[in-house]
Amino acid sequence: MNFKGRDVISIKDFSREEILHVLDVAERMLPIAEGKEKSDLLHGYIMASLFFEPSTRTRLSFEAAMKRLGGNVIGFARPGTTSLKKGETMADTIRTAESYCDVIVMRHPQEGSARLAADFASVPIINGGDGAGHHPTQCLLDLFTIKREKGKIEGNSVALIGDLKYGRTVHSLAYALALFGIDMKFISPPELQMPKEVVEECREMGVEINIENSLDDIGDMDVLYVTRIQKERFPDPEEYSRVAGSYRIDRKLLEKAKKDVTIMHPLPRVDEISPELDSTPNAAYFRQTFNGVPVRMALLALVLGVVE
Amino acid sequence: MKELRVQPIKDGTVIDHIPPGNALKVLHILGMERNLPESVISIAINVKGKRGKKDIVKIENRELDTQEVNKIALIAPNATINIIRNYEVVEKHRVKVPDELVGIVKCGNPNCISNGREPVESRFIVKSREPLRIKCYYCEREPEDISSQII
Repeated sequence: MNFKGRDVISIKDFSREEILHVLDVAERMLPIAEGKEKSDLLHGYIMASLFFEPSTRTRLSFEAAMKRLGGNVIGFARPGTTSLKKGETMADTIRTAESYCDVIVMRHPQEGSARLAADFASVPIINGGDGAGHHPTQCLLDLFTIKREKGKIEGNSVALIGDLKYGRTVHSLAYALALFGIDMKFISPPELQMPKEVVEECREMGVEINIENSLDDIGDMDVLYVTRIQKERFPDPEEYSRVAGSYRIDRKLLEKAKKDVTIMHPLPRVDEISPELDSTPNAAYFRQTFNGVPVRMALLALVLGVVE
Repeated sequence: MKELRVQPIKDGTVIDHIPPGNALKVLHILGMERNLPESVISIAINVKGKRGKKDIVKIENRELDTQEVNKIALIAPNATINIIRNYEVVEKHRVKVPDELVGIVKCGNPNCISNGREPVESRFIVKSREPLRIKCYYCEREPEDISSQII
């Protein structure tokens, strides 16, 4: 399997075998990601980290991944400090950056920006989120988390909970889980339901999808993947509080779930998971955050052709 | 002679079986408005045909390239292209939607990068021909009403 020079734009660009290969490489990266082993695998390589939109976890974990492998990082975290402010196009910014680096990691507020960047750049582009579009590295780290927490991806039942309409991570994740034959529940307020195309696509891939509006029936789920319900989606603040409150995961709800249920969240969270769960073995969301590092290490090493 | 209103042409291209009322749109898609050719163009709207009304466009002294004409399949999927030489039809074929549509349909997603200031044209991938489904190469959205988004 050769990933050298490849762009990482959408999870749909990967086959199931390729995803498993990335996760295998990520597994091998774990001791380095944890700081237990030192590595100079990417010594002499430069990653440009171009964040046209703010990010905490994606940017920091990519930069940590590159540095843990002995590579260097250049870039910006706010476009206000670049020539974009003077009216430069993104295409020109990409062409400039590529002449200084070996790989570009980017986040941009507009859908399709990573695809466009990949057409202009000769170095690999890794999409760190393009508007409401794709976030493939989040998807890979979510799969990696399920694999690590449950021992395997296949055979688990997963509930995706919260804002399934606008949440960019859940669309890619639903597709990827369907690729692994996983039956899913989509649990959301009626106004924030999973887009019809995503539901249809999953069903066409042969998995069972149940669409529900409440958390009443989660007793047989292996994984609860919770996302944030954003305040700005509701014109009335009271309506928001009512809706958000009814999708909150807390100790009482946990009693209804399987004893070994895994709770995941792409973070940042607001109120959707009670902090009282943080210390339970079920809470996997901080481990999930950490998993971003080995997965991104694996991707960097693969697209740079240092690992096959 | 059935089509007395529009004279036969000696050499050129006749686009037949355009849905009634769409002849001007066809010329627009072919870019005839932007790059007005020197040749004579005749347009017939609401012509009575065997299968009801239709529009016809005749372009004299110019043989349109198949790729170029296929673009009109978006609004005239049953149109036929007739290449005329010395009053004879020497080539006749139906239009076929091309695999990719570049610079023809505007993406309806205001947040799509193709609607920004970037140096790219709109680009759509044809997902299926019957029924016609296309998706934006950049943001992957599918327009619901393709004809309303023709540039």
